[in-house]
Amino acid sequence: MLVAILAHFALAAVLPLVARRYGRAAFVVGALAPAATLVYALARGGEAVSGAPPLETLAWAPVIGLEFTARFDELALLLILLVSGIGAVVLCYYSRYAKPDDHRTAARDSALLVTFAGAMLGLVLADDVISLYLFWELTTVCSFLLVGGDGVAKRLRTSATQALLVTTLGGLAMLLGLILLGTAAGTMRISEILADPPSGGIVTAALLLVLLGALTKSAQVPFHPWLPSAMVAPTPVSAYLHAAAMVKAGVYLVARFSPAFADHPAWWIPIVVCGLWTMLLGGFRALRQYDLKTLLAYGTISQLGFLMVMLGAGTWMSALAAGTLILAHGLFKSALFLTVGIIDKRAGTRDIRELSGLGRQWRGLTTLATFALMSMAGLPPLLGFIGKEVALEALFEGGTVDRLIGVGVAVGSVLTVVYSLRFLRGAFGTKPDMAPSAPVPCGRVMTGMVAVPSLAGLVLALAPSVIEPVETGYADRYGKDPGYHLALWHGITPALMISVGIIAAGVAVHRYAGVQRLGGYVPGPLRAQSWYGRSVEGLESLARGVTGRLQVGSLPVYLGVILTTLVVVPGAGLFSGDIDFGELRLFDNWLQVPLALLVLVAAATSLLARRRLTAVLLAGVVGYGIGAWFVVDGGADLALAQFLVETLTLVVFVFVIRRFPPRFIENKAYVGGRWVKAVIAGVAGTFVAVLAVLYSGYRGGIPEASRQYIERAEDETGATNVVNAIIVDFRAFDTIGEITVLAVAATGVASLILARSRRRNGTVGRPEPTEQDATDDTGTTETPEVRS
Amino acid sequence: MTINITMAVTLAGLYSVGFYLLMQRSLMRVILGIVILGHGANLFLQVAGGPPGEPTFVGSAVLEAMVDPLPQALALTAIVITFALTTFLLALAYRSWALLGHDEVQDDVEDRRIARAEQAARKVEDEGPESERVAGFEAPEAPESRPGEDDEEARIR
Repeated sequence: MLVAILAHFALAAVLPLVARRYGRAAFVVGALAPAATLVYALARGGEAVSGAPPLETLAWAPVIGLEFTARFDELALLLILLVSGIGAVVLCYYSRYAKPDDHRTAARDSALLVTFAGAMLGLVLADDVISLYLFWELTTVCSFLLVGGDGVAKRLRTSATQALLVTTLGGLAMLLGLILLGTAAGTMRISEILADPPSGGIVTAALLLVLLGALTKSAQVPFHPWLPSAMVAPTPVSAYLHAAAMVKAGVYLVARFSPAFADHPAWWIPIVVCGLWTMLLGGFRALRQYDLKTLLAYGTISQLGFLMVMLGAGTWMSALAAGTLILAHGLFKSALFLTVGIIDKRAGTRDIRELSGLGRQWRGLTTLATFALMSMAGLPPLLGFIGKEVALEALFEGGTVDRLIGVGVAVGSVLTVVYSLRFLRGAFGTKPDMAPSAPVPCGRVMTGMVAVPSLAGLVLALAPSVIEPVETGYADRYGKDPGYHLALWHGITPALMISVGIIAAGVAVHRYAGVQRLGGYVPGPLRAQSWYGRSVEGLESLARGVTGRLQVGSLPVYLGVILTTLVVVPGAGLFSGDIDFGELRLFDNWLQVPLALLVLVAAATSLLARRRLTAVLLAGVVGYGIGAWFVVDGGADLALAQFLVETLTLVVFVFVIRRFPPRFIENKAYVGGRWVKAVIAGVAGTFVAVLAVLYSGYRGGIPEASRQYIERAEDETGATNVVNAIIVDFRAFDTIGEITVLAVAATGVASLILARSRRRNGTVGRPEPTEQDATDDTGTTETPEVRS
Repeated sequence: MTINITMAVTLAGLYSVGFYLLMQRSLMRVILGIVILGHGANLFLQVAGGPPGEPTFVGSAVLEAMVDPLPQALALTAIVITFALTTFLLALAYRSWALLGHDEVQDDVEDRRIARAEQAARKVEDEGPESERVAGFEAPEAPESRPGEDDEEARIR
C-alpha cells in the first residue's frame, strides 16, 4: 500500500514531461496509478475485511515515535473504491475535456490530480495522526492549486483562497485536536486510540477541535460557502475533489473516530445538529440555482450533511447506511458532475435558462444521468435507494431523538427529490417557449466515462452482496449485527412507506411551482458567504492596524518591543514554575568585588559621557575589567584573548572616531523617552542576570562532555591546555566558522573603507586601479584581525 | 548550588547598560552598546558554566577542582567574533559619516508612509459602496432575486 502512495507521487513528478510532449494524453497516463491501485485494493479486499487488516510501517523518525503506518481496513477499502475508482474515471474523462493544444494546463492539472489521488490514498490509509494531518493538508493544497488554475482571473484566485483559508483553519484546529487526543491516549496510532478511547475534559476539547477540521473540510454549515465558490474549477476537478473525494475527507474523519466516540455528547451532538442543518440548507439553496454546477454543489453540501447525520447517529444500522451512502453519493455525484461538464463543453452553457431539448439529442447521456439522479433522489433500483432505506430504517426504529432526526432527514430527502427533478428538467427538458439548443455530438469517450459510475450505482444495487462485507465490516464496529442485509426489497416496511411519501412529496413540490418559488431564498445578511467576507475583512483591518502600530520604522521602538517581549513571555513561563534559587553568597573570591565595582562604574559612566573618546575609553575599561575577572576565575586563555582583543578594539575605535566630531550629537527631540528606555533596559538586564544564575543553579558539577574533554586532552591531542585542545582540535569546526566570520567581516570592512577612497579619488569610472587598491587594503586590514 | 551575588549584579548592570545604549540614536553609542553586551555575554557564559576553579591544565590540578573548560572555549570564540562585528559596525558608521555627514540612526520614514497610506485606503474603502467592500469575496453564484420578482422561474416550470 505504501508503494501505491509513492507510485502516485512518482508518476505525478513525470507527468509534466509527458504533457509537454503529448498534451492531454498525460491524463490517461496519470489514470494508470489510481487504476492500478483500485485493482490492487480489490485483489487484497479479502484481507481488508478479514478482521485483521494488513499493516505496513515505514519508520520516519523512530526516535521521537514518528512513523508512517498504513492500515488497510474496510473503511479504507471503501474510500479507496471512490478515491482510486473515480480518480481513474475522472482522469480519463479529463483527457477529452481538456483543450487539445493547451499543454501547460494539461501538465499542471494532470500532475496535481495524481498528486491529489496519492494524498487522498495516504489519508484514508494513514494510521497515525501526524501523517493523517500531512495528507489532509496536502489535499487542501492540491485543491487550492487546482481551483486557482493559472491564477490569472481574480475570481479563480479568491475562490481558491477562500477554500484554502477555511479548510486550513479547520486543518490546524484538527492537528491540535489530534495531538491532544494522542497525548491523552498515550499513542499517536489511530487504531490504538480507538481501541482504548481516552476520556476527560481534554478529550472533549480535542474532539471539538477535530470536528472543526471535519466540518470545514466537508463544507458543513456555517463553513459551506467555499464549496459553491470552488465551482469555478474545471468540471472534472469539481467532480473529483468537490464531489467524490476531497469533501469526503471530513466524512471519513468522522467515520474513523465515530466507533469510539459516538456516545460522547461533544461528538455526536455537533455532528447531528450541523449535519441536519447542512442537509436542509443545502437542499433549500439548491432549489433556486440556475447554474447546474452550483445546483450540484449545494446538492453535495446537503448530501454531506446527510452522511454526517448518519455517522453521528452511531448505531450499527446508521453506520451501514452511512457506508452505503458514501459509495452511492460518490458514484452518482461524480456521474452528474461529468454530465454537467459535457453539457457545458458541448452546448456552451450550463445555465438552465439557456438549455432546451438536450434530452432528445443525447438519449444515451440522458439515460445515464437519469440513473444517477434516481440514485440521488433515492429511487429503486439504485444504490442510493438502498442507502436511504437503511437510513430511514435505522432512524425510525430508534428512540425519540432518532425519530426526530429521522423527520429532519425525511424533509431533507424531499428537497433532494425536488432538486433532482429540477436538474433533470433544467438540463434535459424541452422548454415550450425556447428553441432547442443546436445539435452537437456529446462525445463517446466522455459519455462512456459518465456510464462507469452511473451504471456502477445500478449494478451494485442489483447485486449488493458484492459490497456488503465491506459495509457490514465497518458497521460491526458499532455493535452486534442485527441480521440486516442490503437489498432492494425487504417487503412492505415502514421505511418503504416513508420513502414513497418522500418521493410523492418531492414530485408534488416540484409540480406546484408556487411552493418552489419561495424556496432557496436566504436574505443577504444571513448568508454565510457574507460572514466569511466580513471576517476576512475584519482580519485584514486588524492586521493593518497591528502592523501600522508596530512597524513604525523606529529602531529604539523595535528594540523596546523585543526586550519587553523577552521579559514578559519567557519570564511569565519561568516564574510560573517552581524556582529554586539555592543558597546565596556574596562572592567566590574577594577580588571579584573590586573588579565588579570597576566594571559597573565604568559602564555607568559611559552612559553619561558626552565625548566620544571618553565613552570608548570607558568601554575599554569594562573590557579590561572583564579580562582581569577571567584571570581571577581561572580562565588564563580567555583573559589573554580578552586583553588582546580589547586593545585591538580600542585601536580601531580610535582610528574611526578621529574622523568624527569629538562630542556626541544630542538630539533633544528624542530625550522624552529616556526614562522609558532606562526602565526597559534595566528590567531586561535584570531578567538576563536572573536567567544566568538560574542556569548556574541547575548545574551539578562538570558535565560529562567537559569531563571527557579534560580526560582525553592529553592522550588524543597531545595538549595539556584543555581550552586550547577544544578550540583547535575537539571543536575545530567551530573555529573554522569563527575564522570565516572574521574573513567575511574583514572583506566587508575593506570594501566599506575603499568605497570612500574611490569617491575621494574620483576613480569611479576606472575600476582597475580601484581593484588594485582593494587587494592592498584588504591585506592591511585583515592582518591585525587574523592575528587575533 | 550557590549563587554569587556580585556576579549577578555585575551581569544585570552590564546588560542594562548595553540594552540602554542599543536604544540610542547615535550609531557610535549603539556600537558601544554591542561591545558592552558582548562583555556581558562572555561573563554570562562563565556564570552559567559554574563556579570558578583551577585553570584547566592537565596535571596541574585534580579534575574536580578544575573549572569547566567548555564555556571558556565558547567565550573565546565569542570574544573574537564580537571583535569582527564591532569592526564591521565601525566601518559602517564611518561610511555613514562619509556619505551622510552624521551617524544618527534615523527612523525609516517609508514604514510610516506605508502605514498612513493603508489607513487612508481603509477610509476610502469604508466609504465605498457595499458591493465594492467585499469585492472578491463573493461566491460566483447564479444571480438571485427576491421571491416573486422573477419571471424566469415561471418560464422554466
